[in-house]
Amino acid sequence: MITFWFWIVVLAWVLFFVLEGFDFGVGVLEPLLGRDDHERGAIVRTIGPFWDGNEVWLVAAIGVTFAAFPAWYSALLSGLYLPMAGLLLLLAVRGVTLEFRGKGPDAAWRRRCDLFLALSSGAIVLLWGALLAVFVQGLALGPDGSVRGGGLSRSLDPILTPAAALGAAAALFAALLLGATFLALRTTGPVRRRARTLARWLGTGGAAVLVLAGIAMSSRLVLAAAAISLAAGMLARNGREALAFATTALAVAGAVVAVLTAHGHVVLPSTLNDSWSLTMTAAAATPTALTLLTEFGVVILPGVLAYQAFSYVVFRRRVASERVPS
Amino acid sequence: MDVLDLTRLQFAVVTIYHYFFVPLSISLAAVAAGLEIAWLRTRRERYLDLTKFVGKLLIVTFAVGVVTGLVQEFQFGMGWSAFAKFYGDVFGPTLAIEGMLAFFLEATFLALWYFGWDRLPRLLHAATIVIVSLGTVLSAFIILAANSFMQNPIAYALDPTTGRARLTSFHELLLNKVNLAAFPHTLAGAAMVGGALLLAIAVWRLAAEPAHRTLARLGAWLMVAGGAMTALTGDHLGKVITEVQPMKMAAAEALYETTKGAPFSIVTTGPPFPSFSLDIPWLLSILAKGSPGATVQGLDDLQAQYAAQYGPGSYIPMIPVAFWTFRLMIGAGMLAAAIAAYYLWRTRKNRDAPTWLTRWLPLIPVLPAAANTLGWIFTETARQPWIAFGISKVADGISPGLTSGEVLASLIGFTVVYGVLAVAWFRVIRHVSRQPLHPAETPSEDSAEPAPVY
Repeated sequence: MITFWFWIVVLAWVLFFVLEGFDFGVGVLEPLLGRDDHERGAIVRTIGPFWDGNEVWLVAAIGVTFAAFPAWYSALLSGLYLPMAGLLLLLAVRGVTLEFRGKGPDAAWRRRCDLFLALSSGAIVLLWGALLAVFVQGLALGPDGSVRGGGLSRSLDPILTPAAALGAAAALFAALLLGATFLALRTTGPVRRRARTLARWLGTGGAAVLVLAGIAMSSRLVLAAAAISLAAGMLARNGREALAFATTALAVAGAVVAVLTAHGHVVLPSTLNDSWSLTMTAAAATPTALTLLTEFGVVILPGVLAYQAFSYVVFRRRVASERVPS
Repeated sequence: MDVLDLTRLQFAVVTIYHYFFVPLSISLAAVAAGLEIAWLRTRRERYLDLTKFVGKLLIVTFAVGVVTGLVQEFQFGMGWSAFAKFYGDVFGPTLAIEGMLAFFLEATFLALWYFGWDRLPRLLHAATIVIVSLGTVLSAFIILAANSFMQNPIAYALDPTTGRARLTSFHELLLNKVNLAAFPHTLAGAAMVGGALLLAIAVWRLAAEPAHRTLARLGAWLMVAGGAMTALTGDHLGKVITEVQPMKMAAAEALYETTKGAPFSIVTTGPPFPSFSLDIPWLLSILAKGSPGATVQGLDDLQAQYAAQYGPGSYIPMIPVAFWTFRLMIGAGMLAAAIAAYYLWRTRKNRDAPTWLTRWLPLIPVLPAAANTLGWIFTETARQPWIAFGISKVADGISPGLTSGEVLASLIGFTVVYGVLAVAWFRVIRHVSRQPLHPAETPSEDSAEPAPVY
């Protein structure tokens, strides 16, 4: 039962990072690929009906982590207090700019929203990348599962490491590739052309960097990521947009699974003492709570997946970014 | 301020702020659903225009509710991790089920509804907003169940090995008698504040848009009905609370001595002012126990009883806060309902409201919003020092290791960003309200709104 719920937690995080990943990427690319107000509006419209449903996967992921593994939830969120607070603020700004952009008084309002959208989306992606690196590296957990320290550095230090910087860079790259392939898939006209070109250059350029990194770190995972990046770039070039997006999404899913299962049954390593690391069993809720969750989850989650899929079908039509001659 | 007080203050700030948008979303979703059904049945263009208008108010408000609600989901782990661990078995599943069952419904179907005017068949389209509305109500029910556990912990057992609360029955948790009393009270409060927003906007724009007359009267009716319901449900809630937390009701009246036939004071002054109290005899006994001669326990007796039961320490909450929030809640709510009723009277049979009334009515949402906020401040502060009544104190719930620098930094961050969001929300609501209800040109192919959108 505990392992089953661990995998449900992994699934919720995977869906969050893949689904919000593309709309974060679209957010960063909006002012870059949209040359004027009309094109930028078209770009926002590709994610307009979806971003909110995608963000609920974060609610689900954090909620299920809390429900099934209260000690894991407690250690992560209290140990990473300030980065989490920053994340929440950025998510607040981003969500509101997306929804308010088209309903403000004038073009200056929309320009300001575009700027905030891109900046907050980019910062969120960087922060998540750093946080995922911390999930792997672990926190300075004491015997009671808490992180001790003084002042602001207690919860800021973990994300100020070289590993966290690498994680941030990797996450930005992944989100940009997801966003570019998504835009290529979901638009027509100049935005689609530019998104395809960008996906091609990002895919091939990223592959080159990843190959070098993979050799330097002698890591098969990084070399696999290089191959996928190259494949996505080539697919985008050849107009296989759906396949390019699916490949990138699959790679992001794989990366998230790799992060969350990096230490087997240890869900959060302690950097101070191995025996203080948090294991799946120690973090889990009682069997009563897990049974209750199973009863609800088995009924609800397939339904959620079904109606979310339905909304993607309803809004499947591409968004036109070219101007209609009046 | 030490780290505990800062963390409490932050929780109060982000939760109170979030709660400005929650009741608005609950009531606006229901109003939008009602208006769309009215349009389907009557085919009157006016109802369609108003549905779309309320939909815009809803989506703008819902967005702020979502992003500030996300903060709630994280708060328990960030600031109150000891409590989250202790109470995770009870609270975790409740939050998770709320997210999976209700939040997904609201977010997905609201987008389907808002962007789906020309993509979905009419009946299915109307069904989506009905689902959104049901989702908001379901959300409220489940979240209030979690709060009701803190007011009146039931359906749990303390695990002897871990010392943590273990859930014994989920349906008992949901059907907590505090929840059954607080849920209708909360919905009635939501109807009032949503009605007030509609009344305010409609009265403001009435000269430009005659169709707003429908909305103004609808808003006023919601306020009157909501006001009557808050009074009835509040009376019941007061009796339940007297039963499970007698200290809270004693604090609401600042009743120090156990009294038979206790009065209820409308206003009271004390030092440095001359002592004065305007009392309604027996009212507190009626409110608390339903009978004018009933005995209401006083603070001093309860303090002695709790000290014997739970060990030494003060179990008396902040009396002036409890006393005044309780009164002002009732006062603000009833005043709002009375003003709405007066508006309905003056506008009966197509009459026009007097100018002085229409000039001040746009400020009306402040009253029910204040009543909601004061009600929550009362509920939460008058439970102190408990985080979950009788089993866990606030001071034991805070995250171990948390520093005051961290909390101060995040508190400043939330205050600044939330302040900016409030201004942006207000500007968007104002701008949306100024747009013509019935667009001159037909909406463009891909959007729910007249161009330019996005």
